[in-house]
Amino acid sequence: MSTVQAKPVPSQAKVTFISSSIGKKIFQAVTGSLMFFFVVGHMLGNLQIFIGQDQLNTYAQALKDLSALLWSVRFVMFVCLVIHVWWGIQLYFENLFSRPIRYIVNTTVQASLSSRTMIFTGGGIFLYVVYHLLHYTFIVTNPQYAGLHDSLGRHDVYSMVVLGFQNGWISTVYFIAMFSLSYHLTHAIPSLFQTLGLNNDKTKSKFEVLGWLVAIVIFVGFSVIPAAILLKIINLPEGVL
Amino acid sequence: MNLTLRVWRQKNSQDKGHLEIYQANDINEDMSFLEMLDVVNEDLIKKDIEPIHFDHDCREGICGACSLVINGIPHGGKKGCTTCELRMRNFKDGDTITIEPFRAKAFPVIRDLMVDRSSLDRVMQAGGFVSVNTGGVPDANAIPIHKEISDKAMDAAACIGCGACVAACPNASAMLFVSAKVSHLATLPQGKVEREQRVRKMVAQMDIEGFGNCTNYYECEAVCPKEISVKSIAMMNREYMRALVK
Ligand code: FES
Repeated sequence: MSTVQAKPVPSQAKVTFISSSIGKKIFQAVTGSLMFFFVVGHMLGNLQIFIGQDQLNTYAQALKDLSALLWSVRFVMFVCLVIHVWWGIQLYFENLFSRPIRYIVNTTVQASLSSRTMIFTGGGIFLYVVYHLLHYTFIVTNPQYAGLHDSLGRHDVYSMVVLGFQNGWISTVYFIAMFSLSYHLTHAIPSLFQTLGLNNDKTKSKFEVLGWLVAIVIFVGFSVIPAAILLKIINLPEGVL
Repeated sequence: MNLTLRVWRQKNSQDKGHLEIYQANDINEDMSFLEMLDVVNEDLIKKDIEPIHFDHDCREGICGACSLVINGIPHGGKKGCTTCELRMRNFKDGDTITIEPFRAKAFPVIRDLMVDRSSLDRVMQAGGFVSVNTGGVPDANAIPIHKEISDKAMDAAACIGCGACVAACPNASAMLFVSAKVSHLATLPQGKVEREQRVRKMVAQMDIEGFGNCTNYYECEAVCPKEISVKSIAMMNREYMRALVK
């Protein structure tokens, strides 16, 4: 039989808030929520496409003109993304190694599928973000967009978006990415409240419902744009290309 | 009833281990799962085969010694039930049952289905106590405690420390166990003195022992024989943040 032996305590000093399992969780929750707020803002920005070319291009120009704000948001998002992704991967492997010998029979009682696929939906979102930046922000994948200007000489974001999503492949990838994001959120949102200690038996199921509602809003809010473009509800303005 | 058992056999902590198949015949459905294993062991002894080693003590669901992962679920999956309380009537004649030890890096197998759970004891030693002055035994009711508060503390104090939460967690995290201890003591006035220190030290020890990180799967809550709720984990997260700013 084994006997109980106290391990020397000093090694505990190595566990700081940031390196502790709870600290990391809290960082994931905070960085995740900041990125979530950005996503909501981004969605509201995108939806202006329904008002028209002028509105979207004015908005895009206004963002560009507020360059200090734009760049600080970009910087914060970059930091959040790096932390969230890096620790997500680290936690995934730590958790994998916490059970070096796996079960032969694996039975899941109540863990949701979304909770068990966070690393994959998260990975999907990350890859999409990289592509998305190359596509629309740095205009690397489709350099022809760079020369698009509207009648006022502003960068024609409207036409760029329409041209992009008229391509069925780009839209399909976009739908998949938005699905990953929304599915990620169905676990992320209730999880956020649990991690920040704001959950109890009464609120638990309500936060789960909230997670699904938010996920649906986000999915619809983003996907409606390529859908409208593919269905020719939004078209390229006269005279472009 | 007759059953086919697939049982994890492992000579010692170094051995690789493997599944062995045994027949359990003429099992009375009113037997507990452990009594069923006793019957199988009697049979093995008669055949001059080393009996299956497994942990048990009280056999009435209060000590937390029994373990076993039965068909992939710690304690067999009957709500609020330890392995020793699980009756064979929950199975059907002709069933094949797979029995594995609790699996976690922090729970090394000692032999067959017995695992070393002293990592949980070390977490307790790190802070799972209240300090009292020596001298006369304090009066039981010297400190008035509101019924609601003592009920809340009791919800968490129901934890018997079996480690099923660790075994069930896809990450092998011990958060439900540690949070039950932390929230039990932080709720009561006697535990308030060491409140911040306790959560810091217990979490640190938990991390050192090699348990995984909680990602809110809630599998722990589903298998806990004492039905401890994950609200304890939320409370521990809160306690941990509180300790940071204190
Ligand atoms: S043997 Fe004591 S709880 Fe099962």
